Amino acid sequence: MNMPTERIVITGVGITAPNGDSLTAFRENLLHGVSGVERFTTRYVGETLAGVCHFDPLRHQKRKDLRCGTRAGSIAVYAANEAVRDARLDWAAVDKTRVGVYLGITEHGNVETEHEIHELGKYNFDIKYWSHYHNPRTVANNPAGEVTLNMGITGPHYTIGGACAAGNLGCIQGYQQLLLGEVDVALAGGVSESIQSFGIFAGFKSQGALAEHLDPTKASRPFDLKRNGIVIAEGGGVFIMERLTDARARGATILAEIAGYAVNSDATDFVLPNPERQSECIARAIARAGLEPRDIHLVNTHATGTKMGDIQECQALRRVFSAECHDTHYNNTKSFIGHAMGAAGVLELAGNLPALNDRVVHPTINVDELDPECALPNLVLNHPKAAARLDTILNTSFGMLGINSVLIVKRYRP
Amino acid sequence: MTRDELKQAILSIIQDILPDENFATLDPSAKLRDQIGLDSMDFLDIVMELRKRYGVEVPEADYPQLATLNSCLDYLEPRITK
Repeated sequence: MNMPTERIVITGVGITAPNGDSLTAFRENLLHGVSGVERFTTRYVGETLAGVCHFDPLRHQKRKDLRCGTRAGSIAVYAANEAVRDARLDWAAVDKTRVGVYLGITEHGNVETEHEIHELGKYNFDIKYWSHYHNPRTVANNPAGEVTLNMGITGPHYTIGGACAAGNLGCIQGYQQLLLGEVDVALAGGVSESIQSFGIFAGFKSQGALAEHLDPTKASRPFDLKRNGIVIAEGGGVFIMERLTDARARGATILAEIAGYAVNSDATDFVLPNPERQSECIARAIARAGLEPRDIHLVNTHATGTKMGDIQECQALRRVFSAECHDTHYNNTKSFIGHAMGAAGVLELAGNLPALNDRVVHPTINVDELDPECALPNLVLNHPKAAARLDTILNTSFGMLGINSVLIVKRYRP
Repeated sequence: MTRDELKQAILSIIQDILPDENFATLDPSAKLRDQIGLDSMDFLDIVMELRKRYGVEVPEADYPQLATLNSCLDYLEPRITK
């Protein structure tokens, strides 16, 4: 494995999550146990639960943009603009040919296609009523492309389809493109508009994996004995990534340094995870970062609240982190916001980045009775915990068709 | 539908398509494209909305006849029956 010669850092964060439209608000709610899950009604499914974002899309878009574009595009535009603002980039002076947009998506186009078929039904499926926006809305690069249109970015843009591992994949792509020297500024992360698709709810319901609870805020409960499935969420997160030399030259505030990553495939099943491959992925990322498992101080888990998935991830983690990893804490962000699909990895990492400064691990909420099979040591339950050491964060994100991704960041040290 | 009602109907369509624009000073005899940010996709939206709301088919060959508000009215008045 070639070790990179450049150091890549995160200098800005823009997010919209169901419980916060800025990193400050998001972090505050993660530390105070505030959920973003609510009742949500959608076509054919009826009343269900979802993590719904409440950002103001008109902050960075016109009403016509909203009419022509997609919800994923709006989420991406919001997060990208907020990230640039957070990074204090002098946007007017930035060479837009040297900016790249790399966004992970779980899927794209289902929402638009479902809406249009529904609309076409009103006209007896006569295709002369089919929208001329169908193609530009459903091309897979749509969310990243909308960002370039909105911000005048003329460097590369594309999305990376990686199921629920996609948020990490977007970040990894940004990191790699900076190492390759393809761009000077990477807007990297992931987005999801999935709650607008009835199919995703119905699909998880058919699979017996859609969470139900009388209290929406208690429905997403990874590691709890009474967990009964996934709460689907929308959201998005974009990191500004730069080479350290560039970031220092402009006097940027450095939030974290990318330490390592790994991506692999289970090659075993469409849906069911494979803990062995997951643990390989985690171990490989730690090795690439030049670290030992005991050097990882916070593991932000992927766990979605399904019976087997949570147990299997814990098995994977136990294979890597031995009893000697005293400083390794575990938490879970989906317990607050549900599963933000293509945004999950980046949103969950973003919510934990401030821990590199305050050394506080936000908890996993809604654990009334811990599943003994999920009883990881130092799993932070229901209340935040101050960690003795917090220099590194490892985020796991796994997806269907057996894609595993791990991203590690560390506190920046000159 | 009177000519004035038709005018309001067309303006309502254009307003929905270009929600950020102000139509107060629209010159009915000047080209729409020169006065408001109307791109080719927006123009297709006008054609689609005429089809959906009023059952009017505007063949591509007739698109130039929708260039100004007045020419829209002249073209559509005999074609809109409902």
